[in-house]
Amino acid sequence: MNAQAESYVTDDGRTIGPTVMEMKNITLRFGGVKAITDISFDIREGEIRAIIGPNGAGKSSMLNVISGFYVPQEGEVWYKGKKRPPMKPYQVAQQGIARTFQNIALFEGMTVLDNVMTGRIRQMQSGLFSQALWKGKAEKEEVANREQVEKIIDFLEIQHIRKTPVGRLPYGLKKRVELARALAAEPSILLLDEPMAGMNVEEKEDMSRFILDVNDEFGTTIALIEHDMGVVMDLSDRVVVMDYGKKIGDGTPDEVRNNQDVIDAYLGVAHD
Amino acid sequence: MLYREAGDFKTTYAKDNQTFPIKFDRMGYYTALVVAFLVIPFVINDYWANAILLPFLIYAIAALGLNILVGYCGQVSLGTGGFMAVGAYACYKLMTSMPEVNIFFHIIISGGITAFVCVLFGLPSLRIKGFYLAVATLAAQFFLVWLFNRVPWFYNYSASGQINAPERTVFGIEITGPNTEAWATYLFCLVFLVASALIARNLTRGMAGRKWMAIRDMDIAAEIIGVNPLKAKMTAFAASGFFVGISGALFFSVYLGAVEVGEAFGINKSFLVLFMIIIGGLGSIFGSFAGAAFLVLLPVVLKIVGVDWLGWPTDMVAHLQLVIVGGLIILFLILEPHGLAQLWRVTKQKLRLWPFPH
Repeated sequence: MNAQAESYVTDDGRTIGPTVMEMKNITLRFGGVKAITDISFDIREGEIRAIIGPNGAGKSSMLNVISGFYVPQEGEVWYKGKKRPPMKPYQVAQQGIARTFQNIALFEGMTVLDNVMTGRIRQMQSGLFSQALWKGKAEKEEVANREQVEKIIDFLEIQHIRKTPVGRLPYGLKKRVELARALAAEPSILLLDEPMAGMNVEEKEDMSRFILDVNDEFGTTIALIEHDMGVVMDLSDRVVVMDYGKKIGDGTPDEVRNNQDVIDAYLGVAHD
Repeated sequence: MLYREAGDFKTTYAKDNQTFPIKFDRMGYYTALVVAFLVIPFVINDYWANAILLPFLIYAIAALGLNILVGYCGQVSLGTGGFMAVGAYACYKLMTSMPEVNIFFHIIISGGITAFVCVLFGLPSLRIKGFYLAVATLAAQFFLVWLFNRVPWFYNYSASGQINAPERTVFGIEITGPNTEAWATYLFCLVFLVASALIARNLTRGMAGRKWMAIRDMDIAAEIIGVNPLKAKMTAFAASGFFVGISGALFFSVYLGAVEVGEAFGINKSFLVLFMIIIGGLGSIFGSFAGAAFLVLLPVVLKIVGVDWLGWPTDMVAHLQLVIVGGLIILFLILEPHGLAQLWRVTKQKLRLWPFPH
């Protein structure tokens, strides 16, 4: 598979750039269990790329490989045209890959504002001494980054809970705060692990709107895992379908919808 | 009616970031500073200094240090006594080997040395957490006390095995030794406490504090959003060790004057400081002050009430004190895990609306 260089414009007028991340023949094993078998796919700049599949298909494992949490036994991850050496999750984050979690992983004891500010680690590099005295770089950095964070807080409409400890918020808002924290990093790739799990129709619609807006306004590349087929087909530009750790389909939503293997995986096959 | 934020508009983020966002709080803070620096030194006497004020100031620094580690970064430590001993012995060695340097710098350098030792003993925290880390730091406590007992170099080969603070002055005024004035030692410790509190506050409201709290609340998520766990934990151990070391150095040089390590810096000291931050409030600067004040004042108040007013025997009051502290810790852990600081926060919340209920 070759990285695609030329960009194109989608039906709704967004520009999809060249490949920013490419997974090449990834295999991940836990002892004797193969979670992912020989999977390759690419993520192009500015697109919304969905990974779908039945339970246990290896979707979350795939996301964990991308974010550096799991190291695959075989295969390569190419990021921005370079092969990525094995690295710790925090180094991956420093390279501009942010993510949210299936089960919310916010810092419950901190306020919404502090949670979102934590997302800006990549941009805030002042030394400990400067911070201790609250002078010079640390102070300037704090104010400058606060401005950026406030923009994201406005964007996701969570101004009213800015100073509330996250532990006291309802589920739907927590999901939004987590998205805000990931966005605050101004990531090159945003990974969303089931952003709509456990939400009602209205909350799902809100979240879908936010995801589309993020992609549209900031041009953020998004890779997401989702179970709700309607949402996936509406949101994404291209879809990877996984089943039992293998890739069974890859393409636009329409292509995937008409793929016989995908239909079989989701609806089951008659055995005669 | 007085205590409210209505009408107090913040027009810049810098203003919103300040330590006391509410005007009434700011006034209270400045008043406390004025009283502490300009009033108390003139009315202080030896009893007040030695029974209440000096222990409060010094324990408050130790509590600040431990609170950074336990309350903000979530790394349990039972080695506070040992680390205070490091500060004390570092200060003693510096005072005796470099008498020409001012004691002010000796104490700061002692803090630095303790920070280094604290980081060394904090290294296991990368692999273990919770109870297991507590046990590892407990080992530090016993090892350090043993070390200062057994290696004569640390106490300059003195026959008694004790260390004694030589006489030292700041601006010509005696700070250590037998002939000190109450107001001088008080002011000396106060300067360290105020500076420590400001530094601790700045660290915890900035990025360093957010990294520590992220590690405390969910270490895996913290790592995935870009916190380097090694660096975050080690800076917490270093900052904590710095403050604890300063408090140990002050405890030895200014407050006690002579120290036998097992007695002054034993495991009891570790627990005392830990109880201070549990009762005062984990993860709160104010809580460190409140807890230190509470546990310093409790024995004094009990003695006045029990022995002086009610005429109970001294040993009974001493035992009663242990019972009360134990009971309070259980009560706080069940009813208000965030300690006195949380009670204070709730009071302030109510005050904002007073006299209306909503």
